[in-house]
Amino acid sequence: MELKEKTKLMDKDAIERALERIAHEIVERVKSIDDIAVIGIKNRGAYLGRRLAEKLAQICGKRPDVGALDITLYRDDLTQVAEQPVVHATEIDFIIDDKKVILVDDVLFTGRTIRCALDALIDFGRPAAIQLAVLIDRGHRELPIRADYVGKNVPTSLKEVVEVRLEESDGKDEVVICEKLDEQ
Amino acid sequence: MSNKFIWTKKDLLGLEYLSAEEINHILYTAASFKEVTTRQIKKVPVLRGKTVVNLFYEPSTRTRTSFELAAKRLSADVINIAVESSSVRKGETLIDTGRNIEALKIDIIVVRHSASGAPNILARSVRSSVVNAGDGWHEHPTQALLDIFTLKEKLGRIEGLKVSIIGDIAHSRVARSNIWGFIKLGAKVTVCAPEKLIPVGIEQTGVHVTNDINEALEDADAINVLRMQFERDSKLAFPSALEYFKQYGITSDRIKKCKKNIVVMHPGPINRGVEMSSEVADGANSVILEQVTNGIAVRMAVLYLVALAKKPTSSLPAKVENM
Repeated sequence: MELKEKTKLMDKDAIERALERIAHEIVERVKSIDDIAVIGIKNRGAYLGRRLAEKLAQICGKRPDVGALDITLYRDDLTQVAEQPVVHATEIDFIIDDKKVILVDDVLFTGRTIRCALDALIDFGRPAAIQLAVLIDRGHRELPIRADYVGKNVPTSLKEVVEVRLEESDGKDEVVICEKLDEQ
Repeated sequence: MSNKFIWTKKDLLGLEYLSAEEINHILYTAASFKEVTTRQIKKVPVLRGKTVVNLFYEPSTRTRTSFELAAKRLSADVINIAVESSSVRKGETLIDTGRNIEALKIDIIVVRHSASGAPNILARSVRSSVVNAGDGWHEHPTQALLDIFTLKEKLGRIEGLKVSIIGDIAHSRVARSNIWGFIKLGAKVTVCAPEKLIPVGIEQTGVHVTNDINEALEDADAINVLRMQFERDSKLAFPSALEYFKQYGITSDRIKKCKKNIVVMHPGPINRGVEMSSEVADGANSVILEQVTNGIAVRMAVLYLVALAKKPTSSLPAKVENM
C-alpha cells in the first residue's frame, strides 16, 4: 500500500506542548504522584509514556513508575492479519495493584488496541483505575472506548492514515496525515 | 534484533532446516514469552480456540510436560496421546494416525518418535503444524533452542563462543540439533566422546572432534553434557559407567581447571556419577534448572510461530522434501 503525505499536523514543539499539558491535567486529577503508574503501548506509545513520565517528574519532583506493554498476544485479528506480528517483551517491573494507571498510546482509532491493552493490564493485577492518554484521537471508534487525555482531536477519513513519528524510532518528531493511494 | 523478520514455516522439524535468522527470531520471541512466565497470571489468550495434540511414540515426562504447560499458557487446549494405549498398537500407520487426529480439527501435532525423520513424513501428510519433540537419533530442535537461549541469556551472545558437547554423540538427537544451531549462530563447536560414540562423518558439519576430555574443556565457554544411556545404546560402545565416569565424567576437579565462568548444561535426566558428579550438577556453574524453566518460554514461542504462520512455506528444503 502506497501512502502520500498530505498535511503536517504537529511538529516537535506541538508534541512537546501537548505532552506538557496532558501532564498538568493528570496532576490536577490525581492526589499524589505515588498513586500513578505510566504504561505505554509498544512501540510509540511506550516512548510517549516515558516522555510523559519525565514531564510528571518535572512537575512533581518525583518520577512515577513507567512500563511498556506489548499487546500482540491479546489481538483479536491474529488469524486474519496478512503477516505474523512480532511478539515484543512487556516491561512492567512494578506492582500495578491499587495504582492509577495512565495508559499511553500514540493514535486512538478503532479502540481495539486499547481493548487489548485493558485485557493485558488486568492480567497483571487490579489497578485502582485506568485512564487513557493519547497524542492523537482520529475518531472512527469500533468499541465503546474514549480517551481521558487527548493531545489533539483530528477528524479524519478512513482513506487517511495518521503517522506519528518520534525521535526514538523514526529520527524526528512529527505527526502527519497520509492518504492511501488507490491501487491501480 | 530481528524485529522486522516474518516467520512463515508451519512446522518445526529440525534446526538443520532453519536459517540463522529464523533461529534468532525464535530466540527473540522466546525472550518475550519468558516475561509472561514470570507474571502472577501466567497465561495469555493468543492460542485461544486452538488445540495441541502431544503424540508421543516414546515415553517422555519432561518434554511432554513442558510442551503441555507451554500450550496451556497460550490458552490452547491440549490432548496427550501416549501410543502404548492407542490404536497404533493395532497396526495403524503414522500417516493414518496423523490424518485421523487432524480429522478431529486440531491445529498442532507435537510428535516424538523413535524413527528418525518420522515428523518430516507427518508434516507432509497433514495440513496441521508439526513440531518435532525428538525423532530417533536425528533432531530434538526445541531442546537445542532452549540450550542456545539459556547460554545466550547467560553470556549475552553465541557468536564466537566455544561450546563443547560431551557424551554419546552417536546416539544423541540433542547433540545433532545443538551442532546445527550453535554452528549456524557462529559458535565454535567441539564434540568429545570415546571413539566409538562419535558418528562417522560428523566433522562435515563443521565441528571439531576429539576423544580427549581435557582438550574439550580447555578454553570452553560452555559445555553441554549429554546423558549416557547405558540402559540402551551407549553400552554397545563403552564397557562400563564407572569407566566412563573416570575418563569423561565432569567432576569439580576438572571444572576447576576450566574458565572460571564456564556454563555447564545438561538436557536431563542426569545420571549422577556417570557423565557428571553431583557437585558439578548442583554447583555454581550449572544452569541445568534454568534450562528447564527456559524450555517453556522457548516452546511457547515455537507453538505461537508455527500455529499463526501466514502463507506457510515448506518447512523442508527441496532435497529433503522429495525423499
